[in-house]
Amino acid sequence: MSKTSPLVCAVGSGAMPKKLYAVGAEFANPKELYAAAEKVRERGYRWWDCYSPYYIHGLDKAMGLKKSMVGLFTFAGGLSGLVGGFLLITITSVYVYPMNEQGKPYFSLPGFVPILDLLMIMLSAIMTLVGMTVLCMLPRLQHPLWEWDAFMRATHDKFFIVIEANDPRFNEKTAVELLREIGGTNLTYIGDEE
Amino acid sequence: MSYFTPSTKPAPPRYDLLEKHEEAEVARARQENIREPYVAHNRDAVWVGDRVAAVIENPTPLWWYIAVSVAGGVASFAGLGILYLITTGVGVWGENNSANWAWDITNFVFWIGIGHAGTMIAAILYLTRQRWATGINRAAETMTVFAVMCAGVYPAVHVGRVWFAWYLAPIPNGNGIWPNFRSPLLWDVFAVSTYLSVSIMFWYVGLIPDAAAMRDRIKNKILKYFYAVLCLGWRGSARQWANYEFCYLMLAGVATLLVITTCTVVSSDFSTSVIPGWHGTIFLPYFGVGAIYGGFCMLITLLVPLRELHKLRDIITLRHIDMCCRFVLLMCLLITYIYLMEFFVAYVGGSPNEYFTFWRDRIRGPYGTTWLCMIIFNSVIPMLFWSKRVRRNPWLAFGIVVFPSIGMWLERYVIIVSSIHRDYLPSSWGMFYPTWVDVLTFTGTFGIFFLMYLLFIRFLPIIAIAEIRAVLPEANPHEPPTAIKNGAEPGSHHV
Repeated sequence: MSKTSPLVCAVGSGAMPKKLYAVGAEFANPKELYAAAEKVRERGYRWWDCYSPYYIHGLDKAMGLKKSMVGLFTFAGGLSGLVGGFLLITITSVYVYPMNEQGKPYFSLPGFVPILDLLMIMLSAIMTLVGMTVLCMLPRLQHPLWEWDAFMRATHDKFFIVIEANDPRFNEKTAVELLREIGGTNLTYIGDEE
Repeated sequence: MSYFTPSTKPAPPRYDLLEKHEEAEVARARQENIREPYVAHNRDAVWVGDRVAAVIENPTPLWWYIAVSVAGGVASFAGLGILYLITTGVGVWGENNSANWAWDITNFVFWIGIGHAGTMIAAILYLTRQRWATGINRAAETMTVFAVMCAGVYPAVHVGRVWFAWYLAPIPNGNGIWPNFRSPLLWDVFAVSTYLSVSIMFWYVGLIPDAAAMRDRIKNKILKYFYAVLCLGWRGSARQWANYEFCYLMLAGVATLLVITTCTVVSSDFSTSVIPGWHGTIFLPYFGVGAIYGGFCMLITLLVPLRELHKLRDIITLRHIDMCCRFVLLMCLLITYIYLMEFFVAYVGGSPNEYFTFWRDRIRGPYGTTWLCMIIFNSVIPMLFWSKRVRRNPWLAFGIVVFPSIGMWLERYVIIVSSIHRDYLPSSWGMFYPTWVDVLTFTGTFGIFFLMYLLFIRFLPIIAIAEIRAVLPEANPHEPPTAIKNGAEPGSHHV
């Protein structure tokens, strides 16, 4: 496992991956990461990200991220559950299979409420989960960053900033300089397959 | 993996002495009028991860094998009971007279109630920003999922001919029959299935970052693949965390709505009928309170051995046990109020049947002893939790909550059986006696529950690692370390 993949080369070692995916740097704690993230944002990068073992409050704002869109998925799911459930119940119990139960009207909205509520909850929960995985671009079984051994600690005790080569402002030299300037250590080029 | 080097920090004090240290820490916190720390002994994020992962990584302890064998054996009772029921008929339960709902629905309400405390901790305490709850929310959610599974057994098999149970689902069938959406029993089907699905989703979302952490550190190849698939390829990027946290918030809101709906619906199985003893508007809060009451009792039963056996005392602290005991006490007071209210309403309500059910049959009838035990177990014994010393003594609390746990089962039994065994028509009055199938199935559900819980502890993190790390003082990027020592809330300041 500790064998260095040819896709990953330390900055300064002279080697470079064939196709560059990103430049990454390691940080020791949330405070450093937070300060560094603000500086990367100020440079106007867009295709970059911070990695941490846990959610750091306010980091998304320091990075200039917009509010998450997951809420829209929840709302859409809830609305479709409510409307879909209303149609299902009304059509079946009023038109398709009307049942006379103690002389109550076929269309008895108060009696429908619990199931409407539950269908709304069910659909909104499913859509929330779907929305989260879609917006996080999951599931993913392979990623260039996983070739980097040090990155395994991104779920344990280390913090990373990775600036991707896709960024329109990306230039290896300036990116490396920036990462070094803001206190990053273990600077590394990460390659992509192809 | 060699990448994980052992911590260079000095070895922690001897474990058996820690409880005393913790007491000193608590005393200091009280003296300085600051919050008790969420994780005791200034443990850091690395320690939390290592400790929780060690539960999975360490060699399987002997007690686990013994416990799993016992639980597995007991679980097979349920299989036997259910098999006999399905092959013979629902009459094998002792419900062949007017008491045609008894242990099955008692056990259903008992298990579903236990589930509610998990959602209460994971969703409602999350929404109300009770950050201490992060220490026990995974344990509680896991309890919810498995308890609801045990609950689901009863509605599924009590229909008798289980192969027709799919008629309950609103799907087109050859006979052109559709379910009656105005029936509380159908609401129940929807409530239980939605509750189970949403609980699993909520629980699973919480597991994603922890599964990723396990993927990156576990040495076992098979488990590594298992975690890699389970975590969906989680990388912990800030963009992912932002969406993840929002998703968690949304699911917490949805789960809160759901937990209220579910206990309402379960209570309306009874309150929409005209049976004296069931027909009461108090049933919604009654079932909600009862559910959370029973659930917290079960949670304490699980947490106390868990923190001792897996050396998790610094994460599941005395404060957590204390908080759970306070919830038990609160629910005890509320339920006592409801018990009194039921009798009061029966007294002033002017319905002779209801008056008979409560003031004659429930107290002095054949189930009077059951009712008295219920009152002692639910309304008297938990009053011991007024004492802080009792609340902070885990094994004492563990012993005390056995009573309300049994008491809550008795409560459902009293509500169900003692209300219907003597209804309006004295000629059809009867008594309910459980059969061996009843006993076997109910004992078996405990086996199923503990078996699944033990398996979970062995293979998945029982503590929400990422969530605890996020509430540690070191996770706060803003406060200087001195302010943290003085009890500032981590993560409470947004820029």
